[in-house]
Amino acid sequence: MIKKGLFILALVIFTVSAFAGTDEHSIQIKGSDTMVNLTQSWAEKYMEKNPGAFIAVTGGGSGTGLSSLISGTCDIAASSRNIKDKEISLAKQKGINPYEIKVALDGLAVVVNPQNPVSRLTLDQMAGIFTGKISNWKEAGGKDQKIVILSREVNSGTHVYFKEHVLRKNNPDSREEFSPQALLLSSSQAIADEIAGNPSAIGYYGMGYISGKQKAIAVAKDSQSEYINPTIDNVLSGKYPISRPLFLYTNGEPQGLVKKFVDYALSKEGQEIVVKTDFVPAIK
Amino acid sequence: MRKFKEFLIENLIFICGLASIFFVVLIFLFLAKEGLAVFKYVNPVDFLAGKSWYPISEPAQLGILPLIFGSLIVTLGAAVISIPIGIACAVYIAEIAPSRIKEVLKAGIELLAAIPSVVLGFIGMVTLVPWVKTVFHLPTGLTALSGSIILAFMAMPTIVSIAEDALYSVPKSYKEGAFALGATHWQTIYRVLLPAASSGIVAAVMLGIGRVIGETMAVMMITGNAAVIPQSILVPVRTLTATIAAEMGEAVVGSEHYFALFAIGIVLFIMSFIINVTADLFLHKRH
Repeated sequence: MIKKGLFILALVIFTVSAFAGTDEHSIQIKGSDTMVNLTQSWAEKYMEKNPGAFIAVTGGGSGTGLSSLISGTCDIAASSRNIKDKEISLAKQKGINPYEIKVALDGLAVVVNPQNPVSRLTLDQMAGIFTGKISNWKEAGGKDQKIVILSREVNSGTHVYFKEHVLRKNNPDSREEFSPQALLLSSSQAIADEIAGNPSAIGYYGMGYISGKQKAIAVAKDSQSEYINPTIDNVLSGKYPISRPLFLYTNGEPQGLVKKFVDYALSKEGQEIVVKTDFVPAIK
Repeated sequence: MRKFKEFLIENLIFICGLASIFFVVLIFLFLAKEGLAVFKYVNPVDFLAGKSWYPISEPAQLGILPLIFGSLIVTLGAAVISIPIGIACAVYIAEIAPSRIKEVLKAGIELLAAIPSVVLGFIGMVTLVPWVKTVFHLPTGLTALSGSIILAFMAMPTIVSIAEDALYSVPKSYKEGAFALGATHWQTIYRVLLPAASSGIVAAVMLGIGRVIGETMAVMMITGNAAVIPQSILVPVRTLTATIAAEMGEAVVGSEHYFALFAIGIVLFIMSFIINVTADLFLHKRH
């Protein structure tokens, strides 16, 4: 009886460690929700071509991925923002050496319901709306309606990027914050759904989530500049003002299966997948 | 041999009994160890009475007053909806319903208790939220009211089954005495049975509320999670539980944000502890 119990215990421990460990044939990728479709497609195609390799992909947000990399529970962190200095120093303390690889670009779309007459905004107007200084659509050229602000939760790289680049206009000393009235939703899909059903809502997410039920806003740097639509061409040419790089982070320079996977992501075929999942390739 | 067996089993049960207390103490110690560390960064008054919750800014603003109010207003709303319906339902099951309907109702209530909260949240998101938006002409249906309604469904099974139990255990002689004095059935219920079972009913309500205040998933999905102090029940709110659940993944272990989330855990622990102790006091009064 006891022997049998021990045997089962050993078996359990073995299975658990086989899945958790960084063995040659399996890797764990964790992080950005924006990138989860992209990394998943890479992983599927890679596993198709290399049977025997096992790549598990989970989302959760860029912060979640990076904190897993730091605590050693994943091999690659997918992140839609740069790693923070605080995170680097924490990683160093734990003997982890984050290595950054830029794999794609993403245009951040600001979206409203198609019934909303507003179809273009300047960066200043957007900052005003998301910080709560502009609270009625009529101040931005729309109907007399209260603006409902939708944002991602704080664990999202998109939230952080939008705050730093739109609300704070890249100024590190700025103290602007999302309006406390902003609804914090837990996924890009939740924002897309709420926008589709709510004519007074405004939200933001990666270009890939735009569908016929939402209308993407054309954005201008200031009132003198041209209003630019979030399309792949405009992001690639750098004309669209809110686009950002997407990264994979590994512990030290990639090796073994991790290296093969990263190389695959950067290969011609990998970058074609980038285009298919509505992102913009990092390498032309 | 037999004595030894007795001894063994008695001690085994004794250890199991102690285990639950042991775990509670361990959990509380862990919460306290991780949570109290936040007061190195922010003083307790600013933490409890601060009005801004921006945990990832530099410097972080860690004021949980909007979150406390968020939890309270959702809970209060749920209580207002679930207590009258729950008690009325218990009275009907215990006193009025014919035995066949009684069985069906009891089974239905057990089934309601068995629905996972994420399922209720999902149903609320697609049906209740748009309804609240149109009925009250609101900019968004993700409000405290939506959360309260869904949570009322969750509190109801607890309230009904415990209150029904309390009504059922009122001695038969009370009821017979009331009838003998010429009271009608309703008078008997209202003047005799309800007061006699009152301590059990209060306990039922308290345990129901305890369930509501700790609920996370459904609330996170339908209350909108905006950290403002609510001026009415028709605005989005962010609750203590939803904050922990939504932000725990991001918080870097050992950061002030991480400690703050544990400190929120302490606040929640204290709140539900008070509610449970109150329920317990009322339950014991009965015996």
